[in-house]
Amino acid sequence: MRPKVMEEVEGLRGVNSVKIKEAHEEGKKVVGMYCVFSPQEIALAADAISVTLCGTAQAPIEDAEKELPRNLCPLIKSSYGFAITDKCPYFYFSDVLLAETTCDGKKKMYELMSKIKPMHVMNLPQTAQGDEALNIWKNEMVNFKEFLEEKFEVEITDEKLTDAIKLMNKERIAMKKLHKLNAHKPAPLTGMDMMLAQWLKGFNVDKEAGIEIIERLISETEENIKKGIFAFDETAPRILLTGCPIGSGSEKTLRILEESGASVVALENCTGYKGLDVLVDETKDPITALSEKYLSTPCSCMTNNNSRLDLIKRLADEYEVDGVVDLTWQACHTYNIESFTVRNFVKDELNLPFLQVETDYSDSDAGQIKVRVEAFLETIGSTVTA
Amino acid sequence: MISIGIDVGSVAAKAVAYDGQKVIANAILPTGWSPKKTGERLLNQIMKELNITRNDISSIVGTGYGRVSLPFIDKKVTEITCHGKGAHYMDPDIRVVIDIGGQDSKVIKLNDNGTVGDFLMNDKCAAGTGRFLQVMANALEIDVSDLSKLASDVEPANINSMCTVFAESEVVSLIAEGTSKEAIASGLLHSVCNKTYSLVSKLGVENKVFFSGGVSKNKKLVDLLSNKLGVDIISSDEAQFLGAIGAAIIGY
Ligand code: SF4
Ligand code: SF4
Repeated sequence: MRPKVMEEVEGLRGVNSVKIKEAHEEGKKVVGMYCVFSPQEIALAADAISVTLCGTAQAPIEDAEKELPRNLCPLIKSSYGFAITDKCPYFYFSDVLLAETTCDGKKKMYELMSKIKPMHVMNLPQTAQGDEALNIWKNEMVNFKEFLEEKFEVEITDEKLTDAIKLMNKERIAMKKLHKLNAHKPAPLTGMDMMLAQWLKGFNVDKEAGIEIIERLISETEENIKKGIFAFDETAPRILLTGCPIGSGSEKTLRILEESGASVVALENCTGYKGLDVLVDETKDPITALSEKYLSTPCSCMTNNNSRLDLIKRLADEYEVDGVVDLTWQACHTYNIESFTVRNFVKDELNLPFLQVETDYSDSDAGQIKVRVEAFLETIGSTVTA
Repeated sequence: MISIGIDVGSVAAKAVAYDGQKVIANAILPTGWSPKKTGERLLNQIMKELNITRNDISSIVGTGYGRVSLPFIDKKVTEITCHGKGAHYMDPDIRVVIDIGGQDSKVIKLNDNGTVGDFLMNDKCAAGTGRFLQVMANALEIDVSDLSKLASDVEPANINSMCTVFAESEVVSLIAEGTSKEAIASGLLHSVCNKTYSLVSKLGVENKVFFSGGVSKNKKLVDLLSNKLGVDIISSDEAQFLGAIGAAIIGY
């Protein structure tokens, strides 16, 4: 049975699109962000609102393709499509945009997007290893801070940064706790609801209010566990979903997995656990602490990205998963190439069945994906009983 | 008791009966517009042949793309799992199944007990499938079944594109340049062979390899592929019943 609070969580979509308009009218500043590498704390410390603009819907892609190549990652096309069509209230009300030099596709798309709204680009190092990378990234944090100070005519003090760090850590702790509920066997929440709750946090205009709802969702779900109310029964194969970010509108593979009887218990991707794993160290100087946290994000844009494998292993153990599914967007070179490494790691080191699904946001291949997913789940079934 | 497996593919529907030891009857019909009706006809055909009734049948398992439209089945299982089981029945030493049909190709890696260890599918484009060869045969103005004969013992022409659309124009320009049909046919089979090789290599080759699907009827291609993979490739006329056999065994 679905927790009742989930309705409130879903309601956040409507609530937030009104709130963002009101906030704008009250003169509040809005910073639009695209990535888990984006230090939201710096925006909050500038008394601004930070929102996630990452495109997860198919609708604006057609418009985006008038300017962008067709064989580009759907996430990039969707994000750009929203920007040029004004179909997204969050983009519309954003005063400035924050971008990072993550993958090539995004980097070049941002050049086009920067003509629409003021944009600050953080130069992300291509590796997380070594002091040099960290120093570059620290510098970039300072540059972004100064950019906002100048744009919004505010002073971002260490004190404000510390407050913002505490608030964001509080959100991370709540979201992490929520995610960990599904380590329970059987899982109390569907992967779809988990995805929604995690994804929607990116639009929270009022962070505290958002955290409060999640805490209530946690309490209700804990009650459900006590009462023996679960989303799936004991026999449902438990799946770890890794790979590219997903959201409402790009949940196809997750939906098919669960419709076919799997219980998606862990989301390793950017929608889920990836950004929650590491907190910002509250005892260090804020810029250093922020730099360390964000640089540690195990994204495929980094070389090497072995910490993603470590995270997959940890989650696979903790959530007692029966298989790993790697979702990669078409034309996402970094994740598609890395999938080979992940496949070998999962099969050889974790001894778990592995499936890569390479797709886009459209529904055209839903039938084929269903066959693959069902066959994959049959494989798991046969190894479990054999 | 007897179990029945029904495999409703996009072109043909197949059914077999299994008695716990071996396949005791089979039937095949074009799928037609109603997978449900076709499935029922197959079932009746088999019951008539064996002179049995529904009460003698312990279970009916459906597979293939049409499995969802069979209301009378007890269970549905994907063609991947069924192909694996079917191949294992034919020869327990089979470790790899390559299936190239009209629209898609798949490679299945089997465990010792016939369960699926891993699989890959290529279903997003016609590259390396029967459809690819069909289009190319049309461009050469020959019948697709003649490709194998035509291609034997000639130096292959170089065909670089795997995309059906681009390869077709490549073939057209080769014809215009005066390249022989034999060399083009050989080039096409080499190109399908290479495509299949890379799909199989991703999962790792192990003896024995079973080749099924319409494209496996192309003898020249089977030779090319077995040379390239360095293993023996088994193919059999019974291959088209692989899915149905697997389904029947799973149901038993
Ligand atoms: S996958 Fe990488 S580039 Fe994409 S949102 Fe996550 S951290 Fe950013
Ligand atoms: S999914 Fe891949 S290609 Fe798309 S934005 Fe993220 S890293 Fe870039």
